[in-house]
Amino acid sequence: MIINHPLLGPRDAQEFVYLGDASLIDRPDVNAETALEDFHDYLYLRDNPAGSHKELWFHEQGDRAWLVVTRDMTTHEITDVELASDYAKRRGRDR
Amino acid sequence: MSEHLLTPLTALGRDSPVTKTIGGITICENPDLAIASLTVRQGRDQQLQTVLTSILGGSLSGPGRAIFSNSTTAIWTGVDQWFLMAPLSEHPDYAAEIKNIVKDSASVTEQTDGWVIFDLKGDNLIPFLERICNLNSKTLVAGDATRCLIEHLGCLIICRESGRNFTIVGPRSSASSLHHTLVTAALSVA
Repeated sequence: MIINHPLLGPRDAQEFVYLGDASLIDRPDVNAETALEDFHDYLYLRDNPAGSHKELWFHEQGDRAWLVVTRDMTTHEITDVELASDYAKRRGRDR
Repeated sequence: MSEHLLTPLTALGRDSPVTKTIGGITICENPDLAIASLTVRQGRDQQLQTVLTSILGGSLSGPGRAIFSNSTTAIWTGVDQWFLMAPLSEHPDYAAEIKNIVKDSASVTEQTDGWVIFDLKGDNLIPFLERICNLNSKTLVAGDATRCLIEHLGCLIICRESGRNFTIVGPRSSASSLHHTLVTAALSVA
């Protein structure tokens, strides 16, 4: 599998480590009244779609960037790759 | 002050650097490079670029690239991170020297003794590179520099001349293993 790194171009998947669902970026507010429930859902509940899925990959043997990779779970086709920092900022995070 | 009769050893554990020529490929250990890592602090990019112009003669390199200027080489190693290299004999305390230039615009760490450096020269290194790493080595041009796997080791590969002159920077604690890998690959294409 080849991952098209947004900064470095196509790189072998051997250089990357998979972390998990990109929803891990959306960490709940620890001070919210519903924090206990929010963190339960954040930790234990995952969508498991047969199709397009956003996931976090780490370029461990390269530039050590975190990427959000959009991959089809049924065909392994990668349709989009972006830096996790860009993805997080778009979702309102400061970094 | 007492006089220390200590002999510095190279990364391969000898008192002089090892050079091997196999077929048309020369693998040369280079112990004379000081290395410092540089990480820009948040929002200080412009300030860092300005102060470094004095030693680099230009801006720091972008992703996957290196710049060679005067005696200093700057290699992009990650987002907002670089390795700076210069001759060790002229810069014995390199990290402190760089820190003195960049002040609080960037964080600097000494890297000199953490790495082994092999200079590779030959008329055609492409078949050799194809055996040691999965980079698209045919497309590498002078100034390309990237980190990738050689065997199990994360190494920096710097292209100085397309297909003919490369530098490999690998972990010093695995210097002999890396050297063995390079020699084996050179023998297989010789």
